[in-house]
Amino acid sequence: MNALDLDAEALYADLKAGVRALLEPGSALVGIWSGGAWLAERLQRELGLAGDAAVISSALHRDDFGSRGLAGSADHTRLPFAVEGRRIVLVDDVLYTGRTIRAVVNELYDFGRPAAVALAVLVDRGGRELPIHPDYSAARVALPKGRRLSLARAADGRFSFEVEDEESPAER
Amino acid sequence: MKNPQLNAEGELIHLLSIEGLPPGVLHHILDTAGSFLSVNEREVKKVPLLRGKSVFNLFFENSTRTRTTFEIAAKRLSADVINLDIARSSTAKGESLLDTIANLSAMHADMFVVRHGESGAPYLIAEHCAQHVHVINAGDGRHAHPTQGLLDMYTIRHYKRDFTRLSVAIVGDIVHSRVARSDLQALAVLGVPDIRAVGPKTLVPADLAEMGVRVCHDMAEGIKGADVIIMLRLQNERMSGALLPSAGEYFKSYGLSEEKLALAKPDAIVMHPGPINRGVEISSAVADGAHSVILPQVTFGIAVRMAVMSIIAGNAA
Repeated sequence: MNALDLDAEALYADLKAGVRALLEPGSALVGIWSGGAWLAERLQRELGLAGDAAVISSALHRDDFGSRGLAGSADHTRLPFAVEGRRIVLVDDVLYTGRTIRAVVNELYDFGRPAAVALAVLVDRGGRELPIHPDYSAARVALPKGRRLSLARAADGRFSFEVEDEESPAER
Repeated sequence: MKNPQLNAEGELIHLLSIEGLPPGVLHHILDTAGSFLSVNEREVKKVPLLRGKSVFNLFFENSTRTRTTFEIAAKRLSADVINLDIARSSTAKGESLLDTIANLSAMHADMFVVRHGESGAPYLIAEHCAQHVHVINAGDGRHAHPTQGLLDMYTIRHYKRDFTRLSVAIVGDIVHSRVARSDLQALAVLGVPDIRAVGPKTLVPADLAEMGVRVCHDMAEGIKGADVIIMLRLQNERMSGALLPSAGEYFKSYGLSEEKLALAKPDAIVMHPGPINRGVEISSAVADGAHSVILPQVTFGIAVRMAVMSIIAGNAA
């Protein structure tokens, strides 16, 4: 599939079904800042899950801190439940190198030992640099290195995709 | 003149003084500190940002408390921390400051946290250390104590949100206080419209008015309607130096009692960099009272120092 043809709203509907299948009683949905957090916020509401959507940030565990430093204010992590012993479903917009997921799983462990962690993404663009695989992806696309694919959210809450050139070849 | 604290991109690489830092840099530090505050409440109070880095605490002047807060901050960022009690070691044997730094650099230091009795010593170190090494001023002479200034700003922002509508009074021995100097500079950079310096003529520099600071020698006038009162520690040695009559006299004129505090805004906060002298610059009733945010300042201080360390460590010279 060509990245420019991606219909984010249609894929979101697929993702919702995929996430519903991954959730068990007592599971918690956690969106990865920032695109994944938008998805989780809407999923939380539309799947009728109680409470506010949880958010997790990779900032404090990134492996490129030495070259990039702290981007913006670092920590958006908000986990309004005990992580210890809970089944967690992570949600993100785009899965690429897997480095963000590695960082986020470390971040999660700073709050306790989860019973299990699953991963659902809107788009898997390949290019993995770590042994990480999604439990659910709504689409797979091929995108050349150096192109950046990310989710955008309009004022009315509708999703779309943006493709742009990266400033530097740094991985996402 | 180039600010030695900033790299070509305007990013912070050393923290030596508040002076010359743009408001954006200060706000970035305060925002980042907000993130680290929550790290200190986690089950695992540690993040790996400075993993594998060596932070040397160089205290040429003793200060167990400040050194400890830097040590905790560095350890929560996963750095290795080496505390050197220089006051009792090499310099006592006659080694020069720059020789000490050269030796420690040969041990692969990544960051120096420096407290020194001489104003400007951290600048000298920043100028002569290896390019990858970062320097934080933890208090130099009467000159600056920028992390204390920043944690005070964090505290004010936490309770009062908007700097641009505040009246802030700093009370006490301003002339000898590096904390006061850093606070005054930070308040000015962040746009506080009404800054007052309150104390006896012998302890308040007259030229502060040139900085836009209102100098008050009358305590009641100085704290009237204030949103924030920052009390400074009165160092005992000032008493003997004929600058002041006695501790009792001082408290009567410039100590913060409940009666005087009533002149400030009803929701005013009372701050103090610690350690406090009860009954000298502040009464116990005020220090332990509802307006006091002295202990939250200590908590915020860890997060602010984590923010400074992680920001400068992430920026290349």
